[in-house]
Amino acid sequence: MNAALQFEGIDKSFGNVPVLRDVSFTVGAGRTLGLVGENGAGKSTLMNILGGNLRSDAGKMVLEDRPYEPAHPKDASRAGVAFIHQELNLFTNLSIAENLFVTGLPRTAGFLINRHSLHQRAAKLLEQVGLDLRPETKVENLSLGERQLVEIARALSFDARLIIFDEPTTSLSVRETEVLFSLMARLHDRGISMIYISHILEHVRRRCDDIVILRDGQVVGEGEAIEFSTARLVSLMVGREMNQLYPTRKKAAASTPALEVERVNEPGIVRDISFTLHHGEVLGIAGLMGAGRSELARILFGLDRYSSGEIRANGKPLIRSGPRQRIKHGMAFLTEDRRHEGLCLDASIADNLMLVALRDYTRSPLRLVQSGRCRQSIDRLREEVLLSPRAHDKQPAKTLSGGNQQKVVLAKWLLARPSVLILDEPTRGVDVGAKFELYRIILELADAGTAVLVISSEIEELTGICDRILVMSQGKVHAELNRDKFDRERLLAAALPREART
Amino acid sequence: MTQLLRRVLLSDYFVLGLSLLYVAAVAPFTPGFVSAENFTNILSALLPLLVVALGQTIVLITGGIDLSVTAVIGLSSIVGAMAMNHETGWLAQSPIAAPAGVMIMLLVGASVGALNGIAVAIARMPAFMVTLASMMGFSGLAVWLTHAKTINALPSGFTMLGGHTMITLAIVLVVGICVHVFLRRSLWGRWLYAVGHNSRASHISGVPVGGITFFAYVASGLLAAMASVLYTGQTETGSPVLGQNILLDVIGATVIGGTSLFGGKGKVVWTLFGVLFLKLVDNSLNLLNLSIFAITIAKGAVILLAAYLDSLRNRFVAA
Repeated sequence: MNAALQFEGIDKSFGNVPVLRDVSFTVGAGRTLGLVGENGAGKSTLMNILGGNLRSDAGKMVLEDRPYEPAHPKDASRAGVAFIHQELNLFTNLSIAENLFVTGLPRTAGFLINRHSLHQRAAKLLEQVGLDLRPETKVENLSLGERQLVEIARALSFDARLIIFDEPTTSLSVRETEVLFSLMARLHDRGISMIYISHILEHVRRRCDDIVILRDGQVVGEGEAIEFSTARLVSLMVGREMNQLYPTRKKAAASTPALEVERVNEPGIVRDISFTLHHGEVLGIAGLMGAGRSELARILFGLDRYSSGEIRANGKPLIRSGPRQRIKHGMAFLTEDRRHEGLCLDASIADNLMLVALRDYTRSPLRLVQSGRCRQSIDRLREEVLLSPRAHDKQPAKTLSGGNQQKVVLAKWLLARPSVLILDEPTRGVDVGAKFELYRIILELADAGTAVLVISSEIEELTGICDRILVMSQGKVHAELNRDKFDRERLLAAALPREART
Repeated sequence: MTQLLRRVLLSDYFVLGLSLLYVAAVAPFTPGFVSAENFTNILSALLPLLVVALGQTIVLITGGIDLSVTAVIGLSSIVGAMAMNHETGWLAQSPIAAPAGVMIMLLVGASVGALNGIAVAIARMPAFMVTLASMMGFSGLAVWLTHAKTINALPSGFTMLGGHTMITLAIVLVVGICVHVFLRRSLWGRWLYAVGHNSRASHISGVPVGGITFFAYVASGLLAAMASVLYTGQTETGSPVLGQNILLDVIGATVIGGTSLFGGKGKVVWTLFGVLFLKLVDNSLNLLNLSIFAITIAKGAVILLAAYLDSLRNRFVAA
């Protein structure tokens, strides 16, 4: 097997903390290698070394039989190594074509940009990635999936021979993911080597030729993808036997309604939504991106308006809009966008944890915050959600891993003791170990009588934790399945838009 | 080494240390700089500026900005003086002239702040444009009210507030402690920071974002009017152009102290040290008999330096 890239004995420490220890493996020429591991296993550090953002303490890299020592990200792209990041790096105010050639715009007379040649070359690249859009389209008008294809086109524009995909499907819909995978298959056929990093192990097994598993900065397993089952990958990643991916329920749902939704309508968004969520029940909402799931959650929590219908929490109709009234009625809402709507990233962990319930921790008449009581609650919450003990209360929330950030968002809502908890993509960008802990917390809450509404794009997740699943498509509820009737195929079929069905 | 640098840069007392270093460096060349008399001068110049800067700190914490503070100072000064001067005032010779005059001045400040607050919080207009417009409008109004004349003959019970350094110090101390307790310990204070960090997340978490934003501008207007009371007392004159040159001092001092222009960060002691540093620079250059233009250039350089230090600090926080 020819090697596209070899890591040989890479060591890296931050201060006294070793992050990578003697990491050696080979990416075969023209092959796709899946790199998996929990957050903090060292994947990002290794990729930063590969991309020239960090230098290793020891060891070397060999790129196509030549020593490779990038000192700067520019060296990496010059050597033909391209990165497709989770957080896309495009200029949204510029056109697709300008983004593709932002570092080398074709010019006439030395300084004027040659639009004609720019658009011609861009069109050729867009065709290669199968993106049917005009090169002068502004990137801000593109969906996340389309933007990702533009990034890949950019990688192709400088003849990348090794492309690294870092969690590429996190924000993509099912269909966009399929488009990405078929493009990866075409790149594979053209002999381009790839490294694919993802928490979604089914995708890794499906898309990759080889898999390398990192744990605590060391390679703990490598081999061809067909040698690994998902369960084996998980146990290698977490370092212990995971007997079950989902915790079990201890109690059944009650029959008292917690949230009643009756014929809620908003033209173009949701149509005639009716359902009842009971105390102690975990109700899932499945569907493709754009089916109206998140929009429904926002309406339920009073963030967006609806034109007709009624919503009742614990029997009381919710009339006024706005989250404050919903919180008073015992509702809580974990949004899909953790960074922009969930956390104050620069604020401390403690401040984030106290944000929702702070009102209840003040003494009248001056409404001074009772810091002693706050500290007690923070300590209790941290134990309840198993927040990483290494993190200090005063540390900014952005320094936490995705899983711990999500635990902070969940914990801040728990402090308000909600009776109805709405979770929109609760485990997005969260690693396997932390996922299990989030499921455990959610199910324990349900056992204690909390009504939980979970929106998720991962069908395995919904079938794993829900008592009942509603399937939405084009703003309507198209199917309702009880736990004994859960079936992947049926869920997927109900989620497809009408015209796409045969 | 980097650990030490980090601790120094991120310390609350960094700008105080910088001020002391500045005094030590400049004192040998500046006759009369280190003297009880000069320090009293610095103190009396610093106190009213600190009050305005505290209001600015509150607004900056929410991620906004208030450019209208100088207009508030001029407008309250002239309206207050029109109300309470011995000759033509509505309250002339009345025993309650001084307290009523102060109340009127504060009311003027709070009203301008309320207008700014409504425009920013409810109409969701950009703070920069709103307060720029109200700066122009209200400073114009102040000049128009007296046809650019100043008003003297203010009651002594009023001028004492700003004219007697010890009384001013006592007032500013009380204001400073109140703002400090408000920001660190009160519910609304903590919400101010949350709104500045992320107003969307705060809204979803049930924080009354609109109310908090509105309140910040009212507080800023109120504190600017309070500074106007002190400045007007200091000069014993109601003037429509009072404070028209201090806008950059206010924002510069607040930012030198470490309050972020992007919201979510700011403390009373930071602003105190920022004001102190700026006034030390001001005063020492004055003593060196530099021209006002040279002083302005030097202050510009100092503010630039502060902005650079702030970006350094941010990098250290991120690391």
